[in-house]
Amino acid sequence: MRLTCPLCGPRDRREFYYSGDAVLLARPATDAPPGAWDDYLHNRDNPAGVTQDLWYHEQGCCSWLKVTRNTVTHEILSVESVAGTSTAGGAA
Amino acid sequence: MRYSGFKVLVQGLFGNTGWTPAWRDPAPKADYDAVIIGGGGHGLATAYYLAKNHGLTNIAVLEKGYLGSGNIGRNTTIVRANYFLPGNSEFYSHSLKLWEGLEADLNYNVMHSQRGLINLFHSDGQRDAFARRGNAMINQGDDAVLLDRDGVREILPYLDYDNTRFPIYGGLLHPRGGTARHDAVAWGYARAADRRGVDLIQNCEVTGIDIVDGRVTGVQTTRGAIRAKKVGMVVAGRSGQVAAMAGLRLPIESHVLQAFVTEGLKPVINHVISFGMGHFYISQSDKGGLVFGGDLDFYASYASRGNLPMVEHVMEAGMTLMPMIGRARVLRSWGGIMDMTPDGSPIIDKTPVDGLFIDAGWNYGGFKAVPASGWCMAHLMATGDSHPVAAKFRLNRFATGHILDEEGTGSQHNLH
Amino acid sequence: MRIDGRGRIDRTRPVTFRFDGRVFAGYKGDTLASALIANDVRVVGRSFKYHRPRGILTAGSEEPNALVEIVGPANQTPNTRATVQELFEGLVARSQNRWPSLRFDALEVNDLAAPFLSAGFYYKTFMWPRRFWEGLYEPVIRRAAGLGSLSGRHDEGVYEKAWAHCDLLVIGAGPAGLMAALTAARAGADVILADESSEPGGRLLSDDAVIDGLSGADWVAQVLAELASLPNVRLMTRTTVTGVYDDGTYGALERVGLHRRPRPNLPRECFWRIVAKRSVLAAGALERGIAFQDNDRPGVMLASSLPAYLNRYGVVPGQKVTLFANNDSVRATARSLMAAGVTVAAIIDPREDAPDEPGITVHKGAQVKRARGRMGLREVLVRVGGREITVETDCLGVSGGWNPSLHLTCHMNGRPRWSDDLAAFVPVEGAVPGMLVAGAANGSFSTHGCLAAGTQAARASLEALGVTVGQADLPQADDAPYRIAPLWAVPGKGRAWLDFANDVTVKDVTQSAQEGFRSVEHMKRYTTQGMAPDQGKNSNVAALAVLADATGRGIPETGTTTFRPPFAPVSIAAMGAGGRGEGFAPQRFLTSDQASRDRGAPMVEAGLWYRPGYFPKPGERTWREACDREVRMVRSSVGVTDVSTLGKIDIQGPDAGRFLDFVYTNTFSTLPVGKVRYGLMLREDGHVLDDGTCARLGQDHWLMTTTTAAAGLVMRHLEFVSQAFCAGWQVRFVSVTEAWAQFAVAGPLARDLVASALGHAPDLPFMGCAHVVVQGIAGRLFRISFSGEEGYELAVPTRYGEALFRDLTARAETMGGGLYGMEALNVLRIEKGFITHAEIHGRTTAFDIGMEKMVSGKKDCIGKAAAARPGMTGPAREQMVGLVPLTDDVLTAGAHLFAQGVDLTREHSAGYVTSVGYSPTLQSHLALGFLQNGRARHGETVRLVDRLRGVDVLCRVSDPVFHDPKGEKLRA
Repeated sequence: MRLTCPLCGPRDRREFYYSGDAVLLARPATDAPPGAWDDYLHNRDNPAGVTQDLWYHEQGCCSWLKVTRNTVTHEILSVESVAGTSTAGGAA
Repeated sequence: MRYSGFKVLVQGLFGNTGWTPAWRDPAPKADYDAVIIGGGGHGLATAYYLAKNHGLTNIAVLEKGYLGSGNIGRNTTIVRANYFLPGNSEFYSHSLKLWEGLEADLNYNVMHSQRGLINLFHSDGQRDAFARRGNAMINQGDDAVLLDRDGVREILPYLDYDNTRFPIYGGLLHPRGGTARHDAVAWGYARAADRRGVDLIQNCEVTGIDIVDGRVTGVQTTRGAIRAKKVGMVVAGRSGQVAAMAGLRLPIESHVLQAFVTEGLKPVINHVISFGMGHFYISQSDKGGLVFGGDLDFYASYASRGNLPMVEHVMEAGMTLMPMIGRARVLRSWGGIMDMTPDGSPIIDKTPVDGLFIDAGWNYGGFKAVPASGWCMAHLMATGDSHPVAAKFRLNRFATGHILDEEGTGSQHNLH
Repeated sequence: MRIDGRGRIDRTRPVTFRFDGRVFAGYKGDTLASALIANDVRVVGRSFKYHRPRGILTAGSEEPNALVEIVGPANQTPNTRATVQELFEGLVARSQNRWPSLRFDALEVNDLAAPFLSAGFYYKTFMWPRRFWEGLYEPVIRRAAGLGSLSGRHDEGVYEKAWAHCDLLVIGAGPAGLMAALTAARAGADVILADESSEPGGRLLSDDAVIDGLSGADWVAQVLAELASLPNVRLMTRTTVTGVYDDGTYGALERVGLHRRPRPNLPRECFWRIVAKRSVLAAGALERGIAFQDNDRPGVMLASSLPAYLNRYGVVPGQKVTLFANNDSVRATARSLMAAGVTVAAIIDPREDAPDEPGITVHKGAQVKRARGRMGLREVLVRVGGREITVETDCLGVSGGWNPSLHLTCHMNGRPRWSDDLAAFVPVEGAVPGMLVAGAANGSFSTHGCLAAGTQAARASLEALGVTVGQADLPQADDAPYRIAPLWAVPGKGRAWLDFANDVTVKDVTQSAQEGFRSVEHMKRYTTQGMAPDQGKNSNVAALAVLADATGRGIPETGTTTFRPPFAPVSIAAMGAGGRGEGFAPQRFLTSDQASRDRGAPMVEAGLWYRPGYFPKPGERTWREACDREVRMVRSSVGVTDVSTLGKIDIQGPDAGRFLDFVYTNTFSTLPVGKVRYGLMLREDGHVLDDGTCARLGQDHWLMTTTTAAAGLVMRHLEFVSQAFCAGWQVRFVSVTEAWAQFAVAGPLARDLVASALGHAPDLPFMGCAHVVVQGIAGRLFRISFSGEEGYELAVPTRYGEALFRDLTARAETMGGGLYGMEALNVLRIEKGFITHAEIHGRTTAFDIGMEKMVSGKKDCIGKAAAARPGMTGPAREQMVGLVPLTDDVLTAGAHLFAQGVDLTREHSAGYVTSVGYSPTLQSHLALGFLQNGRARHGETVRLVDRLRGVDVLCRVSDPVFHDPKGEKLRA
């Protein structure tokens, strides 16, 4: 398996660390209802098909990457840097 | 037909022509008291105990492929009860007791072999953690022995004690741990459930779950609609897709775990050995193949196949731990789809839909759990209450913070 | 029998070898199989289950019978295919799975008991009495099963791994593969051509094909010469592509040294990771047999192996050969054998309309019913029309047709398609992204078809890469059609073998269907069909056909099992190359490593690092004596220890303070320059991630330290938080763990030692930090302590680390102090109740360790929301406590805690011990642990029980800070 890092180019999977669904970019506010935090931390769509998940180019440029990928075929559809792509502001 | 050595002799004398099918091939009925979705180990065991322990016989198991086509036939066959957190301890302890009577109960030889399981440790800190675990096992009523380096060397003389990156400090021996013939477990439960009247319906994929006013009324399948008062989803590996039919979103991410088997060899490894520093575990099957595995590939996948980085890592771990296996050749590799939960522990619970139950999230420890999982799921479906040994496997424990995290790696599904 | 004038062996180089103790002669270029055939050795192994005598079946890696042990100086290599093992001088081979000898095998009794050992018999018996399974039945079964054996000694062989990259990977160097490689290479592409055999050419080396008027072998030589002249081609022989993985990654095994005499530094094998933009699979096709009674007798072989043995090795396995085939492919074989002077007794062809063959008796509409000759074929019984005849013969070549070698197309879950025309599965297009299948592997069996398909596949592959390929003339070759009438099993009594290696017969498959195991996967698993070393290459399709027949379905409806990696078995040592010994994980060494070893310190693994356990003095007999002395030394004078393994992260930028506020539970932005603060970090799920200090070196410049264990974890976490949630913030950070060497100086005389090293007294308050100059070197000084004594940490660039360490050691020793190691460090921190990852083991919350007040209420931070869940706090949780034994007994970590008077059961276990040590300061054993509602139970007596080690001690529950609870020494 190979990912094309936007900064480093195509690299073998072993250079990357995987952390799960890209839903982790949408961090709820601290005072969001508990259900929002439960969904954020635990519950997953977990599709058999196209998904977006997070990979970290740990043995490269240290970019966190949002990868669009098919979980059935392992086809990689796109790779982009997460910097600036989060949908919530995170820290106030 | 009851199986026995005598029956094998008689059939052999008459050309083995008298064997009858291990199970019927019934058409689905329109209406059942309970339907189990998923004809894997857990689903078949659930059906069997519903019939045996609770007297329910108007029940069906719906399997989209063939019986035992999921992880029950894609694992490394290890049976153990060596957990340390309350909630897990009593459950796996119960499961091991059921394993110990399984052949007699099912009249099927699942080749449960209690050859002993050894978890090696490689630092003082790991020893302390395993000591805590071993004490928990003894407190639970199970068995554990803490071995020092010499104690390990006595029973595993072929490990590399001298030239290794992580020297062996000792091991936690679980004498009652061992292996079983994985497919036979599915077949044994299937045959025994069938004998009690359970309909096992293969090539029958569930395509929808019917819910009226918050209550389950049946399922839609590729072989027609089936009404049911109770429905159990027992489809580890596909839990997310099936639960979605009922509008549920689960705390599960699916991952691939690879495993490997070598060509047949004369007996050389007589225990189950687990090498924590290398995420490597190995045993030898009765046919002679070395059966071994390692960690997840670590990315979400439904592909039932993996990639080279983990393959190589597993082999490297084998070579640093026991270089005597170097010349054994890997014959086949495969991947199973694991329901990974945020704390590494399973779910056996009701759902927000009345009459709809779930048994899921077995991470990569589902094989040994099969008997107790079936037992407890059957109890839950029959009585509506959690069985005491599975009382902590609740769906809402993540929301409430009552986490059962043996690895201590936190709410990242793939780290358990 | 050797045939003069035939074969590609080097007759000028005779080679001697041993098989089962007997010395034989062969030639350079022989395989072990061809050399055994040359020496008329017929029985080479015993079957898996019935221990039947077996001979060589094939001439390739798919061989199911001729599996032997190759005996080396230190180890043997089991299950080696004699058909692949090349001969070298002094080769020692041994048959396997027999006792006491190949000729007289006691377990051949299983063959007589075969009626009782039918498919799945073991599931139905051996159940009573229960304890006999592990005690008797299983050991007997295990000893009877298995094939070859490992020596049990470490494999000391040399193995390698490597990477290769190319535009086009061509798998197989037969006619299709050679044309594909040539076409692509001429167009300038980077090409790797991998072939399993010792010599490229595939079947062109074996059969009688003519290409452009040249013999197959001459044409191959011409192509190879051109390929060799091109710099953009890499030809890899003895290299099996074993697996297909995502995004153009292929695994391949090169047999580097297995065909040579073992030498100390000669690699045996190399496992390649090949990354290819495109690939062409040109792996050819495998012939299959036909099942009939006793078709496993030595001398029954696949027909295509006969021309291979004749034309590659100059040997024939019999003097009077009979051929049994349902297709035309054996006709050329018959001619070839006769041309070499071998008698062909007959061709037995089940097709009524089979063509005639001049000079050979062709029995049309005929089938071989049975083979006779237990230790070697003597005759076959043939049914012709309504009668039966006996044909005397010592070798039967069987061809049931050809299966395209499509295995690799299944590795990414591709499912092949059934072709009625070919009576075989063929690959589906697109099964592997970027891979095209050409030639016989795609069901195109003529030489012309292979050449054309190879050319076309290369052209299409390169065009997909944007490379235009010029027109070239296609070599001229035969284009005969492939004609076959399917025949899988000859009806009749007795046992007819499908899977030779696992002893699966037609009866086993029909019995499996009869017992309800009708799915192809059930049949496979119930009978073990296809699970032997050849992975069903020889038998799966026939078994499937038998199952289809038994269940009244067609083959396409019956389906097929999946081929998975590896294509051919790969040694664990090859795929695990580099893992042996210390190669398994990187090693990280302190700058003080040698200095510590010089002082006799045992170095202990700490993650990937090595740290000194203790520094023994003359006369000290145990680690405890050294440890106690070092602890007393730190408490009474001064100690020095290397703390460089702690993670160090340099953080800069105007938003750095704000960033720290977000990742730590407590507030950092208000910390003055020149100060250090202890911080606690949570995971987003509310459990403790790590703890450590963070120093403000300048207005916008911070230095964070992490624990040794979590250094990488924290770095990754900071990167995530920064990139995901802090877009636009002006903060940057980098790990400087390896850029700085850092030493802790602790004890009442610490200030004097630091003053001596700096040349002036350090003017730092507790939790202060400063830039300093250490003997001319710019360094940093922090006043922090992990021991509870007045403590400093002095950091210098790594290259000065060893020098400073030796310097500090010398100065400490003149002051009555010295070095201390991990053991003492651990005791010192336990005395102070400081936590490590023994306590923050991933399941603890800030509440559990009594730090919930450090979670600031005034700001958000990572983990704050999840830490507020009801289950994360409260009296039911186990909280950190100190434990002091009421007696002077040793305590053990991992022990459980119980209230007095309760049963020692899980239900009553109220906690556990995480850290223990003997405190010379308090002259008592001490422990840290977690106890339910522990903070409310200080002063209570609990039972500490370690049943694994027989420890049962009453302890007083206390605050975890045993020593200097007010911290007066720290602030002195």
